[in-house]
Amino acid sequence: MTFRKYLVLVGVAVFAATGDSLISRGMKQVGAVSLHRLPDIILVVLDPGVALGVLFLLAFFACYMTALSWADLTYVLPATSISYILLTLIAKFFLHETISLSRWLGIVLISAGVGFVTGGPALTYRSHPDSAECLTASVSTRLER
Amino acid sequence: MTQLYAWGAIAVIVLTSTAGDVLLSRGMKQVGDVGELRRRAGLWTVVGRVLRNRYFLLGVLAMAIAFYSLLFGLSWGDVSLVVPASTSLTFISNAIAAKIFLHERVDHRRWLAAVLIAGGVVLLAL
Repeated sequence: MTFRKYLVLVGVAVFAATGDSLISRGMKQVGAVSLHRLPDIILVVLDPGVALGVLFLLAFFACYMTALSWADLTYVLPATSISYILLTLIAKFFLHETISLSRWLGIVLISAGVGFVTGGPALTYRSHPDSAECLTASVSTRLER
Repeated sequence: MTQLYAWGAIAVIVLTSTAGDVLLSRGMKQVGDVGELRRRAGLWTVVGRVLRNRYFLLGVLAMAIAFYSLLFGLSWGDVSLVVPASTSLTFISNAIAAKIFLHERVDHRRWLAAVLIAGGVVLLAL
């Protein structure tokens, strides 16, 4: 793991949290979408907040794909879970949603579970040939070059 | 009633994004280290190789369904409910799916974490 790779993981978390928040704010302005007004959900992308949110989610996707190219799925997901905390702070301070005590506790539990995974020796997960098929695939692409 | 809609959307998000994550992970493992490949062959080779990967394309399709389910869900429920609930439930289903389909090693530590996260999700829904 290099500094650049950690930056990619931070990018995944930051772009996911900000992108979701922007889209949520835009959707609240649009109001509840009903099934018999289905075109609304496509036209909603024209809203500037939602459009910016979509742009951020594209940046998230690029970072996420980069991370998945050199790390396990079960490593990338916990490692980028700092977005839960970011999302709660954004919801509280920018979207002015009320976060109850039980929801805060829920966020703490999720973060604890996630810290449990990333804190352990499971970080060296990749050095184990856990997936013969994936390993063979990556070795064969390396030989192709 | 909108609460019920929100949870319905969450269920669809969990199923489709788990399928998407597993497919994308497998696809990107086939492509190989993106940073290394970019330095060696340039950005367009990376983009071309990713876009021609069958698992990647199927993964994107699954993610697109998950994304529109998320848009529906967010219009029915708070962002601090829909997003943490669906993403952390996806974390658990991903651990199961990664074990079955990607043959990743899921140890006691990971299962305990899954239980903690499930508890957190219940608290979020209260």
